[in-house]
Amino acid sequence: MLGKLTIDALPHDPIVIGASIFMVVVGLIIVGLLYRYDKFGWLWREWLTSLDPKRIGVMYIIVSFVMLFRGFSDAVMMRVQQALSVGASHGYLEPSHFQQIFTAHGTIMIFFVAMGLMWGLFNVVVPLQIGARDVAFPFLNSLSFWLFVSGAVLMNLSLVLGDFAKTGWLAYPPLSELAYSPDVGVDYWIWALQISGLGSLLSGVNFFTTILTMRCPGMTLMRMPVFVWTTLCSTALVILAFPILTATLAMLFLDRFADFHFFTSTMGGNPMMYVNLIWAWGHPEVYILVLPAFGVFSEVVPAFSQKRLFGYTSMVFATAGITFFSFVVWLHHFFTMGAGANVNAFFGIMTMIIAIPTGVKVFNWLFTMFRGRIIFSSMMHWFLGFVATFTLGGVTGVLMAVPAADFQLHNSLFLVAHFHNMIIGGVVFGYFAGMTYWFPKIFGFTLNERLGKAAFWSWIIGFFLAFVPLYILGFMGATRRLDHYDASLGWQSLFIVAAIGVAVIGLGVLFQVAQYVVSIRDRRKHRDVTGDPWNGRNLEWSTASPAPFYNFARIPRVYGRDAWWADKQSEELNAQGPYEDIELPKNSPAGLYIGVATLAIGFGLVWHIAALVLIGALVALGLLIARTLDDDTERVIPAAEVERMDREFAKRRLDLHAAS
Amino acid sequence: MLSQLFSYVGPGTFAVLDPRGPVGLDERNLMLTALVLMLGVLIPVFMLTAAIAWRYRAGNTKARYTPNWEHNALDEFIWWAIPCAIIFVLALITWKSTHDLDPYRPLRPGMESMPIQVVALDWKWLFIYPNEGIATVNFVEFPEDTAIDFEITADAPMNSFWIPQLGGQIYAMPAMTTHLNLMASGTGSYFGTSANISGEGFSGMTFTAKSVSEEEFERWVESVRAGTSTLTREAYDALAKPSAYEPVATFSAVEDGLYNTIIGKYLAPPASSSGTARTH
Amino acid sequence: MNHDTMNIREEHMEERERASIASVGFWVYIMSDCLLFGSLFATFAVLEGNTFAGPALGKHFSLPFVLVETMLLLTSSVTAGFGLLAARRGARRHVLAWLFATFLLGAAFVALEIAEFRTLVLEGYGPSTSAALSSFFTLVGTHGLHVATGLLWMAVLMIYVVARGITGGALRRLTLFTLFWHFLDIVWIFIFTIVYLFNFI
Repeated sequence: MLGKLTIDALPHDPIVIGASIFMVVVGLIIVGLLYRYDKFGWLWREWLTSLDPKRIGVMYIIVSFVMLFRGFSDAVMMRVQQALSVGASHGYLEPSHFQQIFTAHGTIMIFFVAMGLMWGLFNVVVPLQIGARDVAFPFLNSLSFWLFVSGAVLMNLSLVLGDFAKTGWLAYPPLSELAYSPDVGVDYWIWALQISGLGSLLSGVNFFTTILTMRCPGMTLMRMPVFVWTTLCSTALVILAFPILTATLAMLFLDRFADFHFFTSTMGGNPMMYVNLIWAWGHPEVYILVLPAFGVFSEVVPAFSQKRLFGYTSMVFATAGITFFSFVVWLHHFFTMGAGANVNAFFGIMTMIIAIPTGVKVFNWLFTMFRGRIIFSSMMHWFLGFVATFTLGGVTGVLMAVPAADFQLHNSLFLVAHFHNMIIGGVVFGYFAGMTYWFPKIFGFTLNERLGKAAFWSWIIGFFLAFVPLYILGFMGATRRLDHYDASLGWQSLFIVAAIGVAVIGLGVLFQVAQYVVSIRDRRKHRDVTGDPWNGRNLEWSTASPAPFYNFARIPRVYGRDAWWADKQSEELNAQGPYEDIELPKNSPAGLYIGVATLAIGFGLVWHIAALVLIGALVALGLLIARTLDDDTERVIPAAEVERMDREFAKRRLDLHAAS
Repeated sequence: MLSQLFSYVGPGTFAVLDPRGPVGLDERNLMLTALVLMLGVLIPVFMLTAAIAWRYRAGNTKARYTPNWEHNALDEFIWWAIPCAIIFVLALITWKSTHDLDPYRPLRPGMESMPIQVVALDWKWLFIYPNEGIATVNFVEFPEDTAIDFEITADAPMNSFWIPQLGGQIYAMPAMTTHLNLMASGTGSYFGTSANISGEGFSGMTFTAKSVSEEEFERWVESVRAGTSTLTREAYDALAKPSAYEPVATFSAVEDGLYNTIIGKYLAPPASSSGTARTH
Repeated sequence: MNHDTMNIREEHMEERERASIASVGFWVYIMSDCLLFGSLFATFAVLEGNTFAGPALGKHFSLPFVLVETMLLLTSSVTAGFGLLAARRGARRHVLAWLFATFLLGAAFVALEIAEFRTLVLEGYGPSTSAALSSFFTLVGTHGLHVATGLLWMAVLMIYVVARGITGGALRRLTLFTLFWHFLDIVWIFIFTIVYLFNFI
């Protein structure tokens, strides 16, 4: 009845028990608070069942931050273990526990933090930037979000029931096959990724279609903000790469569940095929994440240099070039597999070619600053920190793209330092800048700048303290994923420095938490009445802050790039037509319910509980069919109502203008 | 000069930068060449960033301000051209070095390399000397200035065979053989490890690689042969059972064709003619 | 700038616009589904020789049998197309008749595929026999699963048309369905050629 699930699945290790209890307690506190302040109805109406992409975006970001907390705890535990576990001491973690931690760290940070923040930003920003009121498929958007949550919950369930994978975040076979990983860990990994990956795929389709079909009149492709361009390219990569992940995970699961032989060592299976497939998804995935960060900087740098973005066309072609080349470099993740020199050299050179458009982007940003009037906001701090770390990461990346050099650097801590250089310095810094930049558009007040800068300095100092030692350790022959090493190797002092670095990054995280707390406390002081706190350039700043649920009272019309900037110059503000009724989707809980049903399916597949899978599948399918048959999904906001709200905002803005 | 610098920290600490064989040396020099080339761009970019950020700060009203300047064909051509040029040079270096340093390439063309068969087990390294008829665990010894052809497989999940001071790594995979040609230029002991996660005991999969003089190697082979334990199929099966932090062991004799038997475990029965055998 | 030249887009999202967005989205989805099949085809191409001492894949197939499957699916594509044409005319009964024919043809295809799989498993050549058979069952089975999903979709569409008639919504849904069905046909032609024909020769 319960498949493989027995009482033994409950945690035994005190650390895991502690974490499980902590999770339960936090959950109870949240429920208690909601009950105490009678907020269930509000939460349900305004958030959980909302189809407003701005709301969905905020929920993505909140879930990602919760997952960041877990991923970061994993990082701290790893650093402490590696600083302690030398010579006679074996640290405080069992090897199998340590291996679960680094697997969870990588999986969480990529799938549930970076991807979540990315979808959050897309949801919040893209409709506003293209002058639309919604995405192409609002319900699908909500469904994607709940699949993302469902995957995240399944991932966290592994903490309480059973084990997580011990294979590293990409679960190479044959290690991830049943023969070597008989427990449910790899199955948790497969289904957490499969479910959230399906959500990502649907989101990719949704945003790609949104950008192609929902742009406001006048916004030709070459007039789109660069952030929209990077979203378009990133979602194109999602559409092309995620099906490969889906297929690969499905095949691995069939191997484990039904004794298939895709990637087993024997019976004709081919583990190398898995490695090829997973990187055919995995390399584009890196660009899926980093392109939007490039997009953020292409918004932030012009805004705070008070100048047009330099070389728009170059930027677009560079983005497209990166998108294309990201599909022909995957083999550089395993030069050491023993492919011939011609193959290795080809993929090495292709990899280097990606550095060209990336380099061009950096130059374009620099020349956007050139002859500008640069305001050093926290967002510009993140940008400058990005230039410092990302270019360094680019250099170490190109170094590893030389196959003969890679033989000496592959799977060492040098590699670990390199990709953290790209992902923290590129993706994370970019997303942080973006979140600070667009925060007022959603919440109506700006974030505290002092604490934001304090967070930045902690992050960047902590980053170099944590990862420069890893570069050096790589040169010393230290490989990744070691739960223990010999004292004679002389690695310990560097591991200790790296651990201190993580503590400094932790300080940065604390500053960020403080930043949100203080900013919410001081929200009246930092209110954004104008809707345009940064003297911005694109359409999102033309509407009120917080943006009304319908985004624009009247759909804007665009005559060139930097449409809002041009509007502000031309003094013909708001020269628009009459107000009309606005049609928007009604709330729907179906996405949430399908998410829950999918969680049941995933859990059932992990533990081989057939009844749960069946019930979950029937419920999910039934809800989906019911939803597709429902023709009554829209509500209408009358023109008069829209006009009243819009005039209120216009008056506020004018009053402020007169006061200044 | 680099070696001298590192000797302060302890011999071999900066393994990758302190190579003791021709392969490792070429690989290190390749890294340094590529690094210098790229620093040639990186450092000016850093300086440019700092200079621009300082000069055009909002407080400096004396600096020129051109809010609508957004395009200059020549400038953009220049910064497409600079990275193109560097990548072109790097691509040439890559093409040549990838062929020169192909791990499958014998180090002394025309001459026989000394074969050593390597089997990654859960979680230890087995070395079989097909010519000498001996075997060792977590320890490999060979004569200096002799080209070694490591033939590598696994009877476990995928591992990666790496001796940082001698040269780059290659994967050890079940059902197939990969090759790694290495050579030590002098005598010494070098740290060896697995670079790819292979399960619970992975961290203990280290070994010592020792290069000695020709005579000492002969003496060592004789001393191993004088031992009593032999690596029969049964002894191998016992050894292959999962165990971690295995101490060094030697075998005075090895069952004929054991290495191929290990690979064959994963392949179709020999009666087949359907070409399932995958060799590299 | 006067209001006439502003050409404000109508706030009410018209059915035509909705249909065009939906069809763009659906094309994008199909593109991604192509990649899913692409991954499975690539895996099949790598593994099809790895029969692990078993007979070559082609020995398991009967060409006439697969030809019948192919004809069923191709014909169903034609009937689905006629269904869509009927829907454009607003001929509800014709739509239902064509959809029903399509459903029967599709169901027959799935039944034949199940029969083929069943025979293979009973003969001892199930998907766990070798990597080649794993990849065969998965590739062909994934297509079969798509067809089965299409059958379910068709059933739902028929109920919709019975209940609400040929509305704009029905036409939009029928258009997407037909697109999906033709797509499955094309995938099958690739399967027929690469999996069956090449191995048969």
